[in-house]
Amino acid sequence: MSTATLESILEGRRSQPQQLIEVLQDVQESYGYVPEDAMRSVSKNLGVPLMEVYRIANFYKTFSLKPRGKNVITICMGTACHVRGAHLLLDQVLGQLGLVPGATTEDGQFTVERVNCLGACALGPVVVHNGDYHHHMTPNKLRKLIASIRSTSMEEIAHA
Amino acid sequence: MPKLNNANDLESLRSELQRARKNFRTTLTLCGGTGCQASQSRSVIDALKKEVNKQGLDKSVYVRTSGCHGFCEQGPLMVIEPGNIFYCHITPEDVSEIITQTLLNNVIIEKLLYTDPITGKKSQTEAEIPFYKAQDRQLLSQNRLVDPCSIEDFIAIGGYSALTKVLAKMTPEKIINEIKESGLRGRGGGGFPTSRKWADCKAAHGDEKYVICNADEGDPGAYMDRSILEGNPHLVLEGILIGAFAIGAAQGYIYVRKEYPLAVEHARIAIKQAREYGLLGEKILGSKFSFDVEIARGGGAFVCGESTALMASLEGKVGEPRPKDVHTVE
Ligand SMILES: Cc1cc2nc3c(=O)[nH]c(=O)nc-3n(C[C@H](O)[C@H](O)[C@H](O)COP(=O)(O)O)c2cc1C
Ligand code: FES
Ligand code: FES
Repeated sequence: MSTATLESILEGRRSQPQQLIEVLQDVQESYGYVPEDAMRSVSKNLGVPLMEVYRIANFYKTFSLKPRGKNVITICMGTACHVRGAHLLLDQVLGQLGLVPGATTEDGQFTVERVNCLGACALGPVVVHNGDYHHHMTPNKLRKLIASIRSTSMEEIAHA
Repeated sequence: MPKLNNANDLESLRSELQRARKNFRTTLTLCGGTGCQASQSRSVIDALKKEVNKQGLDKSVYVRTSGCHGFCEQGPLMVIEPGNIFYCHITPEDVSEIITQTLLNNVIIEKLLYTDPITGKKSQTEAEIPFYKAQDRQLLSQNRLVDPCSIEDFIAIGGYSALTKVLAKMTPEKIINEIKESGLRGRGGGGFPTSRKWADCKAAHGDEKYVICNADEGDPGAYMDRSILEGNPHLVLEGILIGAFAIGAAQGYIYVRKEYPLAVEHARIAIKQAREYGLLGEKILGSKFSFDVEIARGGGAFVCGESTALMASLEGKVGEPRPKDVHTVE
């Protein structure tokens, strides 16, 4: 964990307990999760008990306490996507990767998350891969998407 | 950006912007909202801008990236003005044809027109489309007139003129009265009269008052908050400013879902631009009124859309509703 990043996140927000959630949002964005070290440091710098920092990080769905995969696959489970078969997509991706929602594959490549409505219901079911939206998803299209992400990362590893 | 020191500065900027926009013969408005981005509108917009530049048309053709037009299902989509021509399901391959046929030769491209799924009838203009015909869009109709990342677009269509009017000619009482007469009601589900909320807040004890814009929009299938904040963030800011002036607040918050990254980004840009022009900050437009806005990103808890839970969340606490024996304005 880079302390430089954490420093810049805390900049101008020290001793302001009301900034807790915004600070944790930035930590989550920069590190992909909220590490324990960061929670300790945030607790000290904002003047919020560690217990409370943990409570917040645990309460809000946005925060993840474990490192997330390189590829975050988000399945929209909102009403509009649900009626168009989002649960089939969730079954597909979890089966293909052997995961439960929120968990990460052992190789650190994939995390699968669920979300409730992304505001693109007309195009549902919607699946997001690291910020890229995929519309009118089907289990078959999703299977191919996962396979292609996997082979791209394999190549990257081979060339590294 | 020059800081605007008074209403006259704003008006002269407005005339200047309007004059500059008259040089454009044609305006192509493409939707860059969340829905259309999902259907790859970005690549269409990029291809179009490139082609317009390549053909040397950038002085006479304005390519605007707007927010949601409401018809996301048909994206990527565009409206060509003058003419109100509506094209949908556009691909980057269609771009050169749009320019050579429609722009340069006034020929309509049949295959890009909207086809009614029931009657099979094609519509040439946006206004003819049954989906839009049945609607009376008040706030969202402005979406296609502005690029959400351009405060200049918003000022050119009259933006912030209600704010100048309020600052120069109206007392808080008068504003609240006018809101009362307009019949404006809350949009958060309860339909509570806005004038009563503002009057109660103005009268409430306590020196520090806040305006909170609730854009948590947790209900699936409803995305008017996303559409307006992502598509026309300055309209939201102007509304917040007027509300703040009426109740006597110096600080505001926009509480927006993190699941709407584009709305968060556009609201951020809008706040930055408004600060640079002096439309947010100390002594706005040379008046005695000072006000600023911050963004708080929701943490993905549906209950945080409820007002007491939202306020707890703004204070950096766990967003759990509290009993409302003390009303939120008290
Ligand atoms: C569980 C729950 C969720 C809510 N979610 C939202 C929401 O997403 N957006 C919203 O504007 N109001 C929501 N509300 C209503 C707010 O508590 C509040 O009444 C409203 O924001 C007031 O604004 P208005 O005057 O514009 O209606 C919710 C209420 C409850 C009980
Ligand atoms: S329910 Fe999936 S985008 Fe709205
Ligand atoms: S996002 Fe383009 S029309 Fe809604």
